[in-house]
Amino acid sequence: MRQPLLEVKSLTKHFTSKQGFFSKEKVVRAVDGVNLTVYPGETVSIVGESGCGKSTTGRCILRLIEPTDGEVFFEGQDIRKLNETELRRARRNMQLVFQDPFASLNPRKTIGQLLEDPLIIHGIGNSVERRKHVEEMIQIVGLSKQQLDRFPHEFSGGQRQRIGIARALILRPKLIVADEPVSALDVSIQAQILNLMQDLQKEFNLTYLFISHDLSVVRHISDRVAVMYLGKVVEVADKQSLYEKPTHPYTQALLSAVPVPNPHLTTQRIILEGDLPSPANPPSGCTFHPRCRHCMDICKTVAPVASEVSRGHFVTCHLEQS
Amino acid sequence: MSTFRKRFLANKTAVFCSILLALLCLTAVLAPVLAPHDPTQMFQDHRMEGSSGEFLLGTDQFGRDLLSRIIYGARVSLVVGLSAVLVSVVFGTLFGLIAGYFGRWIDGFIMRCMDVLFAFPEILLALAIVAVLGPGTFNTIMAIGIVNIPIFTRTVRGAVLSIKNLEYVESARAIGASTPRILFQEILPNVTAPLLVQSSLAISGAILTESALSFLGLGIQPPDPSWGGMISEARRYMELAPGMIIWPCVAMTVTILACNMFGDAVRDILDPRHRGK
Repeated sequence: MRQPLLEVKSLTKHFTSKQGFFSKEKVVRAVDGVNLTVYPGETVSIVGESGCGKSTTGRCILRLIEPTDGEVFFEGQDIRKLNETELRRARRNMQLVFQDPFASLNPRKTIGQLLEDPLIIHGIGNSVERRKHVEEMIQIVGLSKQQLDRFPHEFSGGQRQRIGIARALILRPKLIVADEPVSALDVSIQAQILNLMQDLQKEFNLTYLFISHDLSVVRHISDRVAVMYLGKVVEVADKQSLYEKPTHPYTQALLSAVPVPNPHLTTQRIILEGDLPSPANPPSGCTFHPRCRHCMDICKTVAPVASEVSRGHFVTCHLEQS
Repeated sequence: MSTFRKRFLANKTAVFCSILLALLCLTAVLAPVLAPHDPTQMFQDHRMEGSSGEFLLGTDQFGRDLLSRIIYGARVSLVVGLSAVLVSVVFGTLFGLIAGYFGRWIDGFIMRCMDVLFAFPEILLALAIVAVLGPGTFNTIMAIGIVNIPIFTRTVRGAVLSIKNLEYVESARAIGASTPRILFQEILPNVTAPLLVQSSLAISGAILTESALSFLGLGIQPPDPSWGGMISEARRYMELAPGMIIWPCVAMTVTILACNMFGDAVRDILDPRHRGK
């Protein structure tokens, strides 16, 4: 059995919102008991509709948002038990790539400064060594060192995302959490960035936790996929198994919506009825039951638990248990 | 920054006012060279005279040269104005950064304190502080500085609130930056624009408050020349020697107008809604 790099156990994040002084506190269950294991060198994707809590999960793992409950083990160490200083040191090994390359770079800093910052913060090298390091890194992501003295607004979206990746990679982390890294980019640029990420993964032996809503992108890059619905993981499987034999009704509906580039092939689309319920007021039992085609009586009252349908393929659904 | 320079040079008001302010600063710095007489020297035979070859703007009731006193007064006004604003900027920025970034009860506490300061009329508060500290240049600076802290705290806090949730701040946290580093390296450089505008506007206010305090006899103490003090003394001789009150007033009006118009111009330049006009 391989040692997991990242192990997330019943991770929970509840946001509380209070509208008025006397009104009852509302609890939004953004992440509700997520379990996830990521092994070194693999790419695990989290997919789901917007608002299902996938970005919150990513940020909770890095403790950029403080989780309400649960455990996050990184190389066997519980991230949630670290104090402020230890946490900052630990961040060297886990980095985040942001969705919006226009908002994630400080407009007042040059690219050189942006890339040097992580090195300064973690006290790596002197100024000459750091400069060398920065020059190497910028070339690795496909930009030239002549561009180091420019400001972020002088770059295109794709170039900025390359800078964002360089900034995340310069500390040589083990885990990269990529939060929709290509969804803000043009389709032609998406492929370039994805290929760059795959090349870098091989070169630096990286592990990716890839958060996306784009099933084609996920299929391209992942080894394993976790499907999230309303703050819960409903199905986890390796890519092959998930895309060929989706078991959870929600996964089936999602996959049926992916366009097939073959006009002669007619696929039957499963149309999901209704909207994503509010995580402030989730349905009882299985949270998916109001939109499920196979809804049974038990689904309305009892929340299902994960069961293994084939090796490494977990589904949280009553259909698989009966 | 190069676009800022370009737009600045294209703005005639900004250029004109900055030249005026630069001349003023130069006058203050070179006061001993420029002033034709010692500002405290009394020419007993030339009391309350009008313009003449020797005394370009005339003399006051003790026979002191008005031009020299105005030139030295510029020193006082600028030193007090700039240092007072510096005091407010330093403390206001610090409080604003802390209040805006940490939020919760810290924000509540700091802002309620500022509200208390804000509740008093500016001049009344300055008077009270000077009354406690006693008159003098340094105390005047502190008093005016303290009075202006709330404005800067509010300006900075507002800017911080809009910046702190941007992704580049989160990105800095993700790479392991400490809180002070985030505050001063990531957030502070991005609040300089509103801070710059507020400062140039506050300088004129500070100069005015200093004059008011000196007018009331609580600011700069005689015989040191200050515009407010000169106006105060001249009040009694207004009919006999109108020059005594006119010239310090002119000097003050020009200075304050220049500061205010400079501030307005900088705000227009930095405001993206005014771009392209």
